[in-house]
Amino acid sequence: MSKITIGKAINAGMRRAMERDPKVVIMGEDIGKLGGVFRVTENLQKDFGEDRIIDTPLAESGIVGTAIGMALRGYRPIVEIQFDGFVYPAFNQIVCQVAKMRPRSLGKIKLPMVIRIPVGGGIGAVEHHSESNEAYFAHTAGLRVVACSNPEDAYWMIQQAVESDDPVIFYEPKRRYHEKGELDLAGAAAPRPLFEATIARPGEHVTLATYGPMVKVCLDAATVAAEEGKSIEVIDLRSLSPLDLDTVATSVEKTGRLVVAHEASTFLGMGAEIAASVSERCFYHLESPVIRVGGYNLPYPPSRLEEEFLPNLDRVLDGVDRALAY
Amino acid sequence: MSDNEVAMPKEAVDAAAVAALIAPVPETVGGAELVQLLTPEGERVEHPEYSAYIADLTDEDLRGFYRDQVLIRRVDAEATALQRQGELGLWASLLGQEAAQVGSGRALRPQDYAFPTYREHGVAWCRGVNPLNLLGMFRGVNHGGWDPNENNFHLYTVVIGAQTLHATGYAMGIQHDHAVGTGDPDRDAAVIAYFGDGATAQGDVNESFVYAAAMNAPVVFFCQNNQWAISQPVERQSRIPIYQRARGFGFPGVRVDGNDVLAVYAVTKAALDAARSGQGPMLIEAYTYRMGAHTTSDDPTKYRVSAEVEVWKLRDPIARLKAYLTSSAKADKAFFEAVEGEADELAVTVREGCLSMPDPEPLSMFDHIYVEDHPLVEAERAGFAAYSASFEGDH
Repeated sequence: MSKITIGKAINAGMRRAMERDPKVVIMGEDIGKLGGVFRVTENLQKDFGEDRIIDTPLAESGIVGTAIGMALRGYRPIVEIQFDGFVYPAFNQIVCQVAKMRPRSLGKIKLPMVIRIPVGGGIGAVEHHSESNEAYFAHTAGLRVVACSNPEDAYWMIQQAVESDDPVIFYEPKRRYHEKGELDLAGAAAPRPLFEATIARPGEHVTLATYGPMVKVCLDAATVAAEEGKSIEVIDLRSLSPLDLDTVATSVEKTGRLVVAHEASTFLGMGAEIAASVSERCFYHLESPVIRVGGYNLPYPPSRLEEEFLPNLDRVLDGVDRALAY
Repeated sequence: MSDNEVAMPKEAVDAAAVAALIAPVPETVGGAELVQLLTPEGERVEHPEYSAYIADLTDEDLRGFYRDQVLIRRVDAEATALQRQGELGLWASLLGQEAAQVGSGRALRPQDYAFPTYREHGVAWCRGVNPLNLLGMFRGVNHGGWDPNENNFHLYTVVIGAQTLHATGYAMGIQHDHAVGTGDPDRDAAVIAYFGDGATAQGDVNESFVYAAAMNAPVVFFCQNNQWAISQPVERQSRIPIYQRARGFGFPGVRVDGNDVLAVYAVTKAALDAARSGQGPMLIEAYTYRMGAHTTSDDPTKYRVSAEVEVWKLRDPIARLKAYLTSSAKADKAFFEAVEGEADELAVTVREGCLSMPDPEPLSMFDHIYVEDHPLVEAERAGFAAYSASFEGDH
């Protein structure tokens, strides 16, 4: 057991996936010698060669579009999108082609590819480098969408995403790339199935569902709340499509209250879907409305304002208090 | 003047050079650099570079080119009729583009791969795709549904130009498989990406040019310039002849008479040979004409003059090949009659096949969205099944 950062855990996971399957290739901007702007692909080109770690021209639609062609030829491409806000030039290829290729062929072909996107704010960046666009892709049938929050999950989930025969959008919590956690690289423990949520912290009074970079905020909030005698059950959703509503519903049936927290704007965000679904499934168990804590319905603000924009520990606790007030 | 400004007064630009660059291509011939081996009158002419690529064609091959074109034109006409009768929701006619599609389609080897738009019925025919498969998406029973790997013919792509990137990526995969430049004619493979003049305005097409050039990918970009992108003439898409764009991306471009099946075959074969041997991409502009409407929903009388159509009728791809086959005694009356008979039979087959194409089972819409089970899809499938069942016996 050793400490490792999320960035290095994803690197180690991709390394294992590439060792296991020679058809796995990585495509993206600046991923070779530089190792990516976040160094997530560091040293991979040195060890696997330029044929498998492919530095692409600077055009995102081209990256995803040619990765589709590689997948059609039998490869399993991992695509790196440099920043969340740069995925939009590839939006057409992802939504119209990646998501729809299999149904278009009536199941005769598959498109196993992973599109890695560093997501979210909190790094003091300029415009387009801090966005949370998961709802667009979770809304798109044909895609699977996952978000890791810690090194152990990052290590396993990237490998599971590569092994999936369906296309997977893989969100990486950008501001937490350098945060360390335990990872037993030699361990034989079977990882949790990719599309299952997990109880990150058990609790009794309120369920707090979240994912990605907000998991740490919510765990910290639960620690603070515990000092005030409030027991929060934190769920790390991990998968946004499919959404593991069973785990959420089971928790809500116990606690009677649900708060959903994410960086993305609450309007039509993941929280809206979870609130609606839980209202349908757990109506008689709910003691309060489902509370959403998220970004405001604005374009992501200049970085000097992002601390006000992003849900922080206090905003999460405020949401918890609102749920408990009923 | 700051350091990063470049002194480039307008008067320094060579006005004559610019004028030459943007000079309209003479409409009658498609430009001086047009590759042609068969004139509109059906006369064989030589080309210093490309004549060699048809030297091996037998008379049977030539008759085959004729048969292909006649049969797919008949399929196309039948499909248009089926749309008019309400049996298809839409049809995109290939009328006038038969030579461009058959000439290029027949230049492919079995291991090559084709990425079509939604109008490549002639290429599909050459690849051995059942024409009925093409009708499925236009009837609305599926979005394509054939197995692309069965004939190395990808599914139709409706979003303009998107498939050129898939083609380029597939060609990159061929490179990774070391199936380029080995010298083994059965191993070396290439990809052909079809698109139209309108698509040349798309970012994806231009990105595919960039990628193919940077990777030296074995892909042939085959642009059927049929002069019209729905209602917009090609001049709205490109200020220079389309084939000349290739130069800016760093690979060769050639304009071929798209209504001359021999020239299209020769030029495509040369480009595919080069790609397979590791020489990288090439752009072919097949200069042709969309004789019909964009689709059955379109009304070209609102935006183009009939005189233009009349001019292009004189360049018909099938008539010129028939004239050549006749004058050179490579085919006789019995052959032409036999092809007509075959076309009639094929039309009946297509019509009957279309009419007997069943609507898909409602529950099947939940199939094939994912390879692995997706809980939401399964829950909604079960919900829809239960909802549907609730009506049973309740008439």
